[in-house]
Amino acid sequence: MPSLWIDGKTYEVEAGKNLLQVCLSLGLDLPYFCWHPALGSVGACRQCAVKQYRDENDSVGRLVMACMTPVTDGMRITLQDEGSVEFRAMLIEALMTNHPHDCPVCDEGGECHLQDMTVMTGHNYRDFRFKKRTFNNQYLGPFINHEMNRCITCYRCVRFYRDYADGPDLNAFASKNHVYFGRDCDGALESEFSGNLVEVCPTGVFTDKTLKEHYTRKWDLTTAPSVCHHCGLGCNTLAGERYGSIRRIINRYNGAVNGYFLCDRGRFGYDFVNAGTRIREPLASSGETKTQVPVSVEKIQQLVSEMNAGKDKILGIGSPRASLEANYALMKLAGPEHFLDGMAPKESSLVRLALSILRNGPARSVSLQEAGQADAVFILGEDVTHTAPMLALSLRQAARQVCVQKAAKANIPEWHDAAVRELAQEERSPFYIAATGATRLDDVATKKMCVPLDGIARLGLAVAHAIDPSAPAVDGLADSDKQLAGEIAAALMNARHPLVVSGTSSGCSSVLKAAAQITIALARTREKVGISLIVPECNSLGIAMLANGTLENLDERIKSRRYETLVVLENDLYRRLPSAQVDALLESVKRVIVIDHTTSPTSQKAHLVLPAGTFAEADGTLVNNEGRAQRFFQIFAPEGEIQESWRWIRDICPESRGNRKTAWQDLSDVIEALCQDVPALAKIQEAAPTSDFRIKGLRVARQPHRYSGRTAMVAHKTIHEPKPPEDPDSPFSFSMEGYRGIPPAPLIPRFWSPGWNSVQSLNKFQQEVGGELTGGDPGVRLIDPDGSDSPGYFEDVPAVSTCSGDQVQLIPLWRIFGSEEFSVLSEAVQQKIPGMSVIMNPKDAEKANLKTGSMAVIESGDMKLQLPVSLCESQAAGTVAIPAGYRGAAWIDLPALGESGRGMKNERNPLVPDPDCSGSGWHSDCGSQSDLA
Amino acid sequence: MLTVEERQEIEKEIHHYEHKQAACIEAMKIVQRHRGWVSDESIRDIAAMMDMSPTALDSVATFYNLIFRKPVGKHVIMICDSVSCWIMGYENMRDHLCRKLGIQLGETTADGRFTLLPIVCLGTCDHAPAMMIGDTLYRDLTPEKIDTILKQYA
Amino acid sequence: MIDRPLTKNIDLSREPFSIKEYEAAGGYQGVHKALKEFTDPKSIVDLVKNAGLKGRGGAGFSTGLKWSFVPMGPDAPRPRYLVCNGDEMEPGTFKDRLLLEGDPHSLIEGMICTAYAIQAEVAYIFLRWGYTLAEQRLSKAIAEAYQAGYLGKSILGTGFNLDLHLHISAGRYICGEETALLNSLEGKRANPRTKPPFPQVSGLFGKPTIVQNVETLCNVHHILVHGVDWYKGLSRCEDGGTKLYGVSGKVKKPGVWELPMGVTVREILEDHAGGMRDGLKLKGFLPGGASTDFLVEEHLDLKMDYATIGKAGSRMGTGTMIILDDQTCPVGMVLNLTRFFAQESCGWCTPCRDGLPWSVKLLEAIEKGEGKPEDLDRLAAQCRFMGPGNTFCALAPGAAEPIQSSLKYFKEDFERHLAEKRCPWRS
Ligand SMILES: Cc1cc2nc3c(=O)[nH]c(=O)nc-3n(C[C@H](O)[C@H](O)[C@H](O)COP(=O)(O)O)c2cc1C
Ligand code: SF4
Ligand code: FES
Repeated sequence: MPSLWIDGKTYEVEAGKNLLQVCLSLGLDLPYFCWHPALGSVGACRQCAVKQYRDENDSVGRLVMACMTPVTDGMRITLQDEGSVEFRAMLIEALMTNHPHDCPVCDEGGECHLQDMTVMTGHNYRDFRFKKRTFNNQYLGPFINHEMNRCITCYRCVRFYRDYADGPDLNAFASKNHVYFGRDCDGALESEFSGNLVEVCPTGVFTDKTLKEHYTRKWDLTTAPSVCHHCGLGCNTLAGERYGSIRRIINRYNGAVNGYFLCDRGRFGYDFVNAGTRIREPLASSGETKTQVPVSVEKIQQLVSEMNAGKDKILGIGSPRASLEANYALMKLAGPEHFLDGMAPKESSLVRLALSILRNGPARSVSLQEAGQADAVFILGEDVTHTAPMLALSLRQAARQVCVQKAAKANIPEWHDAAVRELAQEERSPFYIAATGATRLDDVATKKMCVPLDGIARLGLAVAHAIDPSAPAVDGLADSDKQLAGEIAAALMNARHPLVVSGTSSGCSSVLKAAAQITIALARTREKVGISLIVPECNSLGIAMLANGTLENLDERIKSRRYETLVVLENDLYRRLPSAQVDALLESVKRVIVIDHTTSPTSQKAHLVLPAGTFAEADGTLVNNEGRAQRFFQIFAPEGEIQESWRWIRDICPESRGNRKTAWQDLSDVIEALCQDVPALAKIQEAAPTSDFRIKGLRVARQPHRYSGRTAMVAHKTIHEPKPPEDPDSPFSFSMEGYRGIPPAPLIPRFWSPGWNSVQSLNKFQQEVGGELTGGDPGVRLIDPDGSDSPGYFEDVPAVSTCSGDQVQLIPLWRIFGSEEFSVLSEAVQQKIPGMSVIMNPKDAEKANLKTGSMAVIESGDMKLQLPVSLCESQAAGTVAIPAGYRGAAWIDLPALGESGRGMKNERNPLVPDPDCSGSGWHSDCGSQSDLA
Repeated sequence: MLTVEERQEIEKEIHHYEHKQAACIEAMKIVQRHRGWVSDESIRDIAAMMDMSPTALDSVATFYNLIFRKPVGKHVIMICDSVSCWIMGYENMRDHLCRKLGIQLGETTADGRFTLLPIVCLGTCDHAPAMMIGDTLYRDLTPEKIDTILKQYA
Repeated sequence: MIDRPLTKNIDLSREPFSIKEYEAAGGYQGVHKALKEFTDPKSIVDLVKNAGLKGRGGAGFSTGLKWSFVPMGPDAPRPRYLVCNGDEMEPGTFKDRLLLEGDPHSLIEGMICTAYAIQAEVAYIFLRWGYTLAEQRLSKAIAEAYQAGYLGKSILGTGFNLDLHLHISAGRYICGEETALLNSLEGKRANPRTKPPFPQVSGLFGKPTIVQNVETLCNVHHILVHGVDWYKGLSRCEDGGTKLYGVSGKVKKPGVWELPMGVTVREILEDHAGGMRDGLKLKGFLPGGASTDFLVEEHLDLKMDYATIGKAGSRMGTGTMIILDDQTCPVGMVLNLTRFFAQESCGWCTPCRDGLPWSVKLLEAIEKGEGKPEDLDRLAAQCRFMGPGNTFCALAPGAAEPIQSSLKYFKEDFERHLAEKRCPWRS
């Protein structure tokens, strides 16, 4: 370990790191701008200058940029000598010559890295007396506000957007002190990760436009740690509330999961919490029309006692989007054999298949962080950016791992970002994608294969066979496919960290099995193999671990068991089953009770609707696709009768069943019972401290030390300061009172430190800057195959699909904006939802006499769809991609065989198709198809 | 749309570099040679040919002084404003040109004939003051000489 | 023996030598000798090192030493690149133009020898925009060299391959900075790169690359043909060879001449440039282009070599002097220079991007008579702020040199502007 002398003190530090990172990790305050722990060093801003001495006898020294200087043994530096102090102050002053000093009206004010650094350097008097240059701002879409005059030209925005996230449409323009960061013209940013600009930009150039709609300063936000509910990855978030509404979401660092970043769905999809679609009071249907009207507690009790009279006649339908605790409560109410997982049957069987693959091993499910370290990737059947967005961002880093390795050989450390890029240029890790159509990662793919689903599976199995000849062979493969399989096999075998990615979104079990097959084959020759299986929802894996029953043959089950009451937990059955089936189902029972936070077609048909809390008004545990259990916490106590689903279930639970009203006082009671009942989930207890956890006798405060207006904000109702709500379920307080130091990692309610008001204060919460949070990153892994005995190969190899005549394979098309149930309720997200269209290969379209924009009628079984057509060269011949998960669209069980051609009308339609598959050519997933004049 | 000729010229340049995108500056210069400037549309067309996003190409275009992203006159006069020319009377030459053409630096005459731009040192400081019109260098300028030169372009 | 190797073939009143004429005048002997006699390319590197050839692009770094950093051997990355830096955009610098227009084959020959020494397979001439005559002549010469078998596959049947491409810049002074030049050649924004890694190790397209000034390269084949002793003998100082020296400003005969390295300033100014124009007195001069410190009359008898001029507090830079006469306002001159640098800043690092425009504004204010007494301290502080090591590349430190030295030598003139609230040189 090198020893490093700083201002008279000697420190033992890790070799190879840069001096800035080391100083920050030692807790020293050294200002910086262009450096970012995830983006590395480029030495542009010159803010991190320190003085380095040659040896003990050198008293003059020379300025070096800490971020560009690797620490070496015996190095002597000072942060405090006059020269470097003066330089850093002058540097800020120079940066600020064109800055408008508009902090009072700037959304960044109060959490601004530029403010912090200005104070840190001591620059406080402005000598510059000349005119400033000014810029025009651009419209960048519904998410991001642009205010270029505040720019200090640190280049971080482009380094994140273009270099890290491969976004094509944000860049630096012009030069000298006219450098401009933006797009070539006004328009919505294309990258699905644009929201990170808000946190990456050290000042107020890029700010959260959705926050602006209901602006609140950081110090006035009540915040708590949360977990994103919008896909199966479980990124860690910090949500902020004021006046009972969620104002914004920002990243909550978790070194193992999402690191420093979030996707735009996760960041901007929160507004459903505040939306008019919320269920805010208990409702019961009444009268002939069955209109739902607010009901009193007595009425609820009456309904519930009726329900309890019919003992054992309750069927509970759980949900992959509800917490383990809520699901477990329902499981207890209905009894395990009367409790169903609430997933669509096909989805359920796929999630369970994924679960068994992860459990059986031998591959280990990788975290997002580990996925980014992979150096060879094979994706089967997923358009990852749309189904697990942040995994796509990790995979983009994986694509650059060969560059990092190459640089390491040339003695260039990974943090030396520009040097790594200059050395490795356009080299990319072996990266293969087999999909049914265009995907948003095609730009980093070494090779890409577009085939129907069985073709993907066959290629995957052929790869497994190429790795290990004892794996079942695939007959009848074309030579080119054989060759490709061999190439992929070799790439995976040669890699240090090979990663196979697949998931449930294609709806095809053969694809999943093929992915597993590859890992089984790989594991025969090496120790560590990574797999990442994408699941649809935030707790898909959790519910699969909890519930045995599925929605399969639901009608028969109801008939045979003669259930009287159906309790539906946070679930819209119309998203899971054909509507006719759901209609019949809801008719077939006496009572339907729906517990949910947002009105849905299902809730609208319920006899009793109970208002549940959203993620922001409830606590709970979710299991992400990695098998990591993570706790989310209530941000604020909701007004009125909204309460956590598990509390509603407790409250309607009959006394005859053990009167849980007294038994379960708080969340810890539920968790404890759950852990006892379900051994596979026993470890979730470790996901976060229990509700009685205290530090120095104190709770952790949800409100920051500078929270203002707590007496004034209710002055229209009372002149007294009301007592803050109590929180029996977590170690947090709903007030400013409480512990303000660094709590255990799962309980960090915000990043804020003396002198560090911006998100960069995160530095102070990490063991080492850029590394794990103090005390370890939150979350506990539940599934870890011991790898003792390798499971056998799947033996069944699917045959090549033979679609006859007009038959096509209908493939679900998932969209980051549009396919998820709740983010689409945010106005900002709504503006990003592409128009519904089906995507076809031009050749298939020609056969059916269809052009871009013409209406296609597609039939499969009872289902008949009429949608405009988008053409895409990449769409596998014989397949048609159909938007899935869209709100209001009829539920279709995909994939399916369908008819194309017959019954299609050829009308021109003005509807603009999916931007991913149209338009300007670049970075649209495919280029040449748009003939919309 | 790029013309066949432009495409061919660009194609040839691409072979001079290890990566295709390295030829993007050449490509813009080729289009500019044919059309006088590089329009937004040209940026999109060239970008498509180079497998770049228009934004990425424009980022490069706007860095360089001599990629014109706005239309210019038929003849572009670039008068050197760097130190040796300044010492040798640049300001008088500039004022003279402005008067003659009736425009300021950075402007184009109403008839679209001339655009007048300042340029950094032309590397002919021993014959200052100097200017270029198009590809032709004019040195040891005097107001009278300028008058004669301009007549050739009338 | 030749004593003006660089310019011996140059006569600007006619077309430059064609390949035939060039060969007849002894041209391409260097290539023959290099490829045939120096079977170990490394011995060329040593030869050039021993000859004391220093880079003529401004920094004066030992050329042979630079080449020796290129990783060689079977495992070394390929291809290797040689780049000729013909950007020449520094104000007051016009020496490379002479070589490019006057004797293109000499440059090509130097490049072939250099490429062979470092075993480069691809070479570029990065030529500034605006050297249209040079462009035409170089293109022609390159075509001739290909035809004669000096370029292309298996040159002179030795199995050594070299392709040479001419790249015309789209205009930015910063492209002359060698790493910015590499970015520009890669079709990127010409921001400089960090060193280390040096271009010799990770340069163009991430491959080992040598960047060398035009004039530097034009020396190489002569050293190969005539040897170290001859080369050292050309010079009057430690550094080997001759040097192109130039003078611009209000002298009688501005121009550029090949002279022994280490002639005195006075010789250049009086014997070759003919002295000051009648009625004018020398007030000061920038010895080697716009980014060097002013020197004054007391320095006239100094030798124009890297060490001597360095000791006097300036830099020999490109060896092309800019003369300030007593009837030209020094503040105006410094303002002009600083405007240039502010405008040509690439915008990457803060001291340059934001420090230079501020300096321009201060100088403008002073020049117009709107300066404040404290502005002089502020200017001096700005110069320190932009000093070597504080910025990402050498542009801003270079820009600070004329400012800081003008404050030293012409302080009174600045103060007169402040006191009189106008420019005393303007009527
Ligand atoms: C701002 C700046 C501009 C430069 N311009 C040139 C130039 O136009 N021509 C040149 O040969 N070197 C120029 N240089 C020096 C080069 O970076 C590099 O040192 C030189 O090309 C190396 O060649 P040499 O060793 O043969 O001198 C410049 C340096 C800087 C910092
Ligand atoms: S000193 Fe900095 S801003 Fe100036 S040219 Fe060099 S890198 Fe660019
Ligand atoms: S943080 Fe080191 S130079 Fe910007």
